[in-house]
Amino acid sequence: MLNIGGLNEGVVIDHIKAGGAMKIYEYLNLEKQDCSVAIIKNAKSSKMGKKDIIKIEGPITLDLDILGVLDPNLTLDIIKAGKIVEKRNPNLPVQVTGIIRCKNPRCITSVEQELSHRFRLASKEKGLYRCIYCEQAYKR
Amino acid sequence: MKHVISPLDLSMEELSDILSLAENILHDPKKYFGCCYGKKLATLFYEPSTRTRLSFEAAMLNLGGSVLGFSSADSSSAAKGESVSDTIRVVSSYADICAMRHPKEGAPYVASIHSSIPVINAGDGGHNHPTQTLTDLFTIKTLKGHLDHLTIGFCGDLKFGRTVHSLIGAMVRYPNSRFVLISPDELRIPTYLREEVLEANNIPYQETKALEEVMPELDILYMTRVQKERFFNEEDYIRLKDSFILDAAKMQYAREDMLILHPLPRVNEIASEVDDDPRAVYFKQAELGVYVRMALIMTLLGITVE
Ligand SMILES: [Zn+2]
Repeated sequence: MLNIGGLNEGVVIDHIKAGGAMKIYEYLNLEKQDCSVAIIKNAKSSKMGKKDIIKIEGPITLDLDILGVLDPNLTLDIIKAGKIVEKRNPNLPVQVTGIIRCKNPRCITSVEQELSHRFRLASKEKGLYRCIYCEQAYKR
Repeated sequence: MKHVISPLDLSMEELSDILSLAENILHDPKKYFGCCYGKKLATLFYEPSTRTRLSFEAAMLNLGGSVLGFSSADSSSAAKGESVSDTIRVVSSYADICAMRHPKEGAPYVASIHSSIPVINAGDGGHNHPTQTLTDLFTIKTLKGHLDHLTIGFCGDLKFGRTVHSLIGAMVRYPNSRFVLISPDELRIPTYLREEVLEANNIPYQETKALEEVMPELDILYMTRVQKERFFNEEDYIRLKDSFILDAAKMQYAREDMLILHPLPRVNEIASEVDDDPRAVYFKQAELGVYVRMALIMTLLGITVE
């Protein structure tokens, strides 16, 4: 049984933009992972109004920093032996390949299917990614 | 090996060298004839752009080199579904340098990754067109004598006009540039350009809808075409296209030494009565484009003339 209040070992992905939890659930392929997952939607947040939270119980081997590409404002609470041992924002990767897709209909990736969709971090402060081919900003 | 995909791929020093070389060629073109003998330029044009293609071909022929290529996607292997990366691998073994025009943004960049010869972006969708920017800079440098301390007015479609975006990006690198942006509300410059380029570098600029009012302040007036294909409906196009037409009446307000530039082709945004005005330099600009392309080709091929 997953104890929603406190995890023994795992991660709490907090401050997810309201409505964004399922996208992250799907991206991490949590359905296939051997761990218990609790998704809390529309939780009240003093900072954000509403937010989503995902709690994952179990040893985490996933690359969680990549989640910053999907939502740069989320936070990661790493929990070991019932305690938060680390609380941080994701370190935004400088370049990401195959995680997000360029939506610009004029981009070369729209016609050449075998090209990998690749983005580079253009602004760390804004969590802004640009397509390396057409330079269009990725809109979440 | 160096490719030129974006105007900012050239450092200020490289840019200055290319502009000086273009100036030397302009003053003594005979001296450079034949310096690219035996070299081949491939013009890979996936969409027609006769003006740009001819300018590249004239540049290579002036240097004594030869040209090969295609001028539309349906006459090329692209029609059979070949990828840009496969095409450039093959072309790399036929030619020494290539100029690529493609309707899709980023295609010349893809080519540069897989190419063993220098790739020059000859225009990719609404994205980059670095040799147009070089042409604009060379025109200003040649006719004004300098690229700093200039007030440049841009008029027309500033939202989709890639030549405008690129030239602003290039001019902010020179000291004391100032911009006057003249457009209808619907066609103002994109937010990223305002925030990430102008405001981030503390560059003075002004946005207005009244061309006559700002005319006396300008050193350069860069006119652009309001392209029909940028609009979703005919009505918007017809309503906006005539709003910003330059005619002899408006030219009365301009300084004696103001220059009118235009990337061409022109539709009706500059009345033909303006053509005879000595300040109208857009045809000269097209001519100067050949010299700056000669300088770029020589530089990328590593060819020098003593
Ligand atoms: Zn793209």
